[in-house]
Amino acid sequence: MTRTRKLQALLGTSLLKLFIALTAIFLILFLYVIFSRGGKMINWEFLTQSPRRYMTEGGIFPAIIGTFWLTVLSIGFALPLGIFTAVFLTSYARPSWLVRIIRVSINTLAGVPSIIYGLFGLTVFVQFFKFDVSLLSGALTLGVLAMPVIINASEEAIRSVPPDFREASLALGATERQTILRVILPTALPNILTGTIISIGRVAGETAPILFTAATFYTRLLPTSVMDEVMALPYHIYALMTEGSHAAKQVPIAYGTAVVLLALVLLVSTVAIIIRYRLRKKKKW
Amino acid sequence: MNNFKELSFKTVTYIASLFTIVVLLGIIFSIFLGGTPVFQYVSLTKFLSSPSWHPTHDPPDFGILSLIIGSLLVTAGALVISIPLGLGSAIYISEIASQRVREILKPIIELLAGIPSVVYGLFGMAFLSPFLIRIFKIPTGLNIFSASIILGLMVVPIISSLSEDALSSVPKSLREASLALGANKWETIIRIVVPAAKAGIISSIILGFGRAVGETMVVLMVAGGAAQIPSNIFQPVRPMPATIAAEMGETVIGSPHFYALYGIAIILFVITFISILITEFIVMRKKR
Repeated sequence: MTRTRKLQALLGTSLLKLFIALTAIFLILFLYVIFSRGGKMINWEFLTQSPRRYMTEGGIFPAIIGTFWLTVLSIGFALPLGIFTAVFLTSYARPSWLVRIIRVSINTLAGVPSIIYGLFGLTVFVQFFKFDVSLLSGALTLGVLAMPVIINASEEAIRSVPPDFREASLALGATERQTILRVILPTALPNILTGTIISIGRVAGETAPILFTAATFYTRLLPTSVMDEVMALPYHIYALMTEGSHAAKQVPIAYGTAVVLLALVLLVSTVAIIIRYRLRKKKKW
Repeated sequence: MNNFKELSFKTVTYIASLFTIVVLLGIIFSIFLGGTPVFQYVSLTKFLSSPSWHPTHDPPDFGILSLIIGSLLVTAGALVISIPLGLGSAIYISEIASQRVREILKPIIELLAGIPSVVYGLFGMAFLSPFLIRIFKIPTGLNIFSASIILGLMVVPIISSLSEDALSSVPKSLREASLALGANKWETIIRIVVPAAKAGIISSIILGFGRAVGETMVVLMVAGGAAQIPSNIFQPVRPMPATIAAEMGETVIGSPHFYALYGIAIILFVITFISILITEFIVMRKKR
């Protein structure tokens, strides 16, 4: 009896170790393939030049710039909205049917497929507001997509501020607004920002929402206004793999672009994770 | 004066929160506005039950059954891979790993979740597909099998991190009581901790399902793109998101084909919305 129990335990634990090992092996293989095949492509010219000869030569500079602006504008749009919503939910909202609907909306938005965000952007920003296929339409679509992530991160950050802080501030005669702006938000800000940085990675890597709202396969030019079409790193990878007729030359460029995108996303998220780790260690309450 | 500032700040936060409802309604409104006109050309029953999708033929066929089946098969395949891997990793991290190993593994899983789907698509197209052709001697490496593998690995971090949260929030006293009664560690995990975290684990799987069914780039690049009802897992399919993404660029705004693509989006939205409501319901019941 004890022997079968011990055997079962051993088998079960080994199975768990096998599962996590499989996951790790895949991750290592994946990163190895991308970085070993794409790493060769990376040089100064690749990062700073425009594509040439129907995407078979040259670099990806316009795509880097496009992704940069799409990300900055969308976060600039989503961050204030996200923080305000989180402030409302944590500080002002009393349980009511409206607050329940807001919560269900946020959870639903977090689960809506990104391609549907793309159709939403096409209908609302491209067609209805007549922004056309542009940096602006794409950034707004991505901003809407990032909102639920930022709201959840901000809400969690604000809730982790000890209630004593709020009570002390109110007891000293500060108003609710002063307490939020001068005590609660400054305390929660580092955690809000790390959550936001992680959503930056998500926004920078999204392809489906910008397919019909912002992205263009090829332009030598950099965007001069928010109404221009832009190239973007994720869309560039997709286009190189599915369009054009020089696969032998395009696939290596796609790998190179993937390295740049992946390095960007991983770097940004790693920074966020390290900041958060340090904050947790330093935390005095 | 001060009162005015208080009130206007509160109002600003209130309006920001209402914006989330506006956006959700905007999404629902735009896909229904774009999608319902297709039913002038094809009945809802035929739209859902006909397997022939020939939107550019004359006359066109708008039957999305093969696209729905494509989506469901690829998603089911993805879950077959991601449930054991994700749940296994979660149990290992939460119950067996030492504090140090946990602090390394958790951020790695988080990083894994941030890898852009298009890079997974590239990996599937340029590495996995040629590899499968060599191993299995099949005509195409872009099929249900390869899309399921890639999609499954993409969903692992979602299931893993959410299940891990659920497992770690099981009170320590339950584990101690089980161990004190003579159960060993494995029995405690399987009979006590996992059942106690059941609600969270099921939610994580449903969320993983929603993510897999709606994921676009991987199925667009790796599933092969043939609108057919497959007879084995090495055949290509054309899941719903891939159809929308691939064809929207070629349609004329206001054409029946354009409406039909929005119609697919309605079905996709309804499927994900139902899965979200189920998780909401589970969480709500748990709170009581």
